[in-house]
Amino acid sequence: MDHLDKLEAQSVYILREAYREFKNICMLWSIGKDSTVLLWLARKAFFGHVPIPLVHIDTHYKIPEMIEYRDELALKWKLTMIYGENKQAIQEKNTFPEGKVDRITCCQSLKSEALKKTLSGEWNRYIMDLNTGKYIPDTNRERYTGVIVGVRADEEGSRSKERTFSPRDKENDWDVGDQPPEFWNQYKTDFAPGTHIRIHPLLDWTELNIWEYIDRENIPITSLYFDQGDGKRYRSLGCYPCTTPVESTSKNISEIIHELKSGKFAHIAERSGRAQDKDDGGGLETLRKGGYM
Amino acid sequence: MNLREQMNIVIVGHVDHGKSTVIGRLFADTNSLPDGKLESIKEYCKKNSKPFEYAFLLDTLKDEQSQGITIDTARSFLKTKKRDYIIIDAPGHIEFLKNMVTGASRAEAALLVIDAKEGIKENSKRHGHIVSMLGVNQVVVLVNKMDLVDYDERVFQNIRNEFTEFLWKINIKPVNFIPISAFCGDNVAEKSYRASWYNGPTVLEQLDGFANKKETRELPLRMPVQDIYKFTAQGDDRRIVAGTILSGSIRVGDEVVFLPSQKRSVIDSIESFHTVPKDIAYADEAIGVTLQTQIYIRPGELMVKANEKHSLISSRFKANVFWVGQAPLIKNKVYKLKMGTTKIGVKLIEIVNIIDAAELHIDTYKGQVERHDVSECIFETTKPIAFDLISEIEGTGRFVIVDNYEISGGGIIMKNVTSGDNTLIDHIQDREFLWEKSFISSAQRNGAYGHKSKFIVITSGNEGNEHVIEKIGKELEEVLFRMNYKTYYLGISSILSGLMSQDSFNYEDREEHIRQIGELARILTDSGQIMITSVFNLDDDEAEKLKLLNQPHEIIIVNIGESPFSSFKAYASISSDVAVNTVCEMLREQEIILEYYL
Repeated sequence: MDHLDKLEAQSVYILREAYREFKNICMLWSIGKDSTVLLWLARKAFFGHVPIPLVHIDTHYKIPEMIEYRDELALKWKLTMIYGENKQAIQEKNTFPEGKVDRITCCQSLKSEALKKTLSGEWNRYIMDLNTGKYIPDTNRERYTGVIVGVRADEEGSRSKERTFSPRDKENDWDVGDQPPEFWNQYKTDFAPGTHIRIHPLLDWTELNIWEYIDRENIPITSLYFDQGDGKRYRSLGCYPCTTPVESTSKNISEIIHELKSGKFAHIAERSGRAQDKDDGGGLETLRKGGYM
Repeated sequence: MNLREQMNIVIVGHVDHGKSTVIGRLFADTNSLPDGKLESIKEYCKKNSKPFEYAFLLDTLKDEQSQGITIDTARSFLKTKKRDYIIIDAPGHIEFLKNMVTGASRAEAALLVIDAKEGIKENSKRHGHIVSMLGVNQVVVLVNKMDLVDYDERVFQNIRNEFTEFLWKINIKPVNFIPISAFCGDNVAEKSYRASWYNGPTVLEQLDGFANKKETRELPLRMPVQDIYKFTAQGDDRRIVAGTILSGSIRVGDEVVFLPSQKRSVIDSIESFHTVPKDIAYADEAIGVTLQTQIYIRPGELMVKANEKHSLISSRFKANVFWVGQAPLIKNKVYKLKMGTTKIGVKLIEIVNIIDAAELHIDTYKGQVERHDVSECIFETTKPIAFDLISEIEGTGRFVIVDNYEISGGGIIMKNVTSGDNTLIDHIQDREFLWEKSFISSAQRNGAYGHKSKFIVITSGNEGNEHVIEKIGKELEEVLFRMNYKTYYLGISSILSGLMSQDSFNYEDREEHIRQIGELARILTDSGQIMITSVFNLDDDEAEKLKLLNQPHEIIIVNIGESPFSSFKAYASISSDVAVNTVCEMLREQEIILEYYL
């Protein structure tokens, strides 16, 4: 087995543990390359099926191609596709840069808050009707007790300290000082009522592993990652006001892999185009403690 | 594509001996840091008037930076010419020992850092011991801060001699000792000219010298059943037994046995998605198989090959446990044991001894295992389980114990304990001793009622028979009732079959119910009644338990259709249409009921 086989096998094991242990489980799909790899791994784990609903938090500031791509794959792979949103903040324009809020506050409101209320079932969820391709209100309002997330340890400091099965309390708070032990392949699958678990099957993957795997498996990903002729491409996807493309002429996966291995990005952090990480000393840690992924 | 090897390395050792600094230095000297990272940390130190430390590259949590300690393991990614590494930085503080365990248990090799000036400390030894328990066999000792002792070879040799002696006691043969100064950069990535008396490899060279985990495909097959899938969408009719192979290999056509149920079948296909079709799979692969016959198995069973050495099956074993729970491990409390994909109740039966992980002193007087103790104990599971000794197959020789939702300890199985005793027999002896007999004897009751008492259990191993056996139980009750017999049908089998279904994995409730049924049967049969119940898919162990619990009264276990047992003999196996009559006939033969009452 090569190292991609090993990473794949471990992630499949984790997904199957999660699926068996949690009755109300969902998988977050940000439409980015990592969570798309995660979705692909679910098809591996469950032999072509995806028996877990996919949840997308729509900030309505996502780059439009992302939403098109999401709905296209959802129809093609017959996914249980759900989205949630912070309707009020979007309507009242309490957002960055239109409203009088900074980046971190905008993230907390459009992503963390929307996510929290969507997972708990307090706010409306919308589910795709696979016959029409349209979204309708989801009648299931049950709280998700297990949430599968595609974060990687190499992305950023606080993510490097995550557990594979990571408990969160009622407020979605992450107690980084007191995380459960993980022995061998045994994870925390027992949890007190009111708490829930985040599951991270991709922790040991690097950005390069992700691209190598996309290449090997031929996983369809959004074209935003490739240079469309203007010498620019996205390396990490988010909301357009806070995500800038990088200067790069990589037009396909193998050019991206080359760029990461030996080219200009070999020493530049992946999230360098994501502005919210930089706003205070530990921007992403602050966000993540409050429930951001 | 040129794919590279990957290896997990953990760095352990006493607090402040410089683990994070070693890693920071490795990264800086191999040019593995993102551009600007070093500069931004230097900037941060200047702003907060702290001296720059390489450790800040890894201690990324705000609390860690402000306190200057590592709280949790961090994974960082390092590349050398040979392979890619995940370097796991483990905290050295005793209060974060569970985080250290988390880091160490996924490593293939360990770097153990000792401060040359401070020498060997409690956690140098404790970490050494725990790393060996966790199964990490490649250990290299880094004698750090050599700059503080003027690169004196004697200091290095003294530590080397003393620590080698300690490691030998716990069966670790250290691969190497390296004198380094992570702060100044000696022997980390670059050879040190200040310790010119040392001719061995640098830390970086040492990393590349580690061997990747031994392939375990030569060992007998062990595949814990993780789940059973039947996704019917888009006309899929496969019933897939899914799991990760821990050791050995499996091929289409192989005869397999599931333990502990002993059910057998033959591999029909090996299933996977988006791969070339395969007819063989090896250790470490996460696969699925379909079987030639539809047998009823549950997640948690262990798949082995019929013609290879099987696992042991027992409910008692001796193990070394390492305890990290808030509350101590105590006797007579039921904990949850997780091994492979099995979950089962477990009790601590005996503490053989407690080993001080740092000093290796043995303490036999403690009545409980406290936080951070390593102890040799005897455990009893509530039902027999399949396992291997750690010396034979690692993956099925280790387990964790869950206390109050938290993983509180890890253990490795040293020895099978065969003993006729078990706590259920003790319980029944106590119960019978304390049972107060009334003035009316069983014989008097039999005479008054015109029949003897009996406990009748109806079971079946056929899927789809869940409700059939309930119906038979109720009809039997009705027939006996109409004949004026004192009888009662206990209708809690639907709860049980719910607990048995595959989407539920609730062994605790199932065990509790079996126990309740047995205790109720003891009372009802004592009162002279014919008690009837139905339990779907009763297994050998449960049948024995019901028999024991109903003592001193009699039990009949009747099977409808396919037998759920592997070795237990049901009193009768009959088809469903004649079930009621056949059971009545049996009762007459055994003179439980008397013919002339008809």
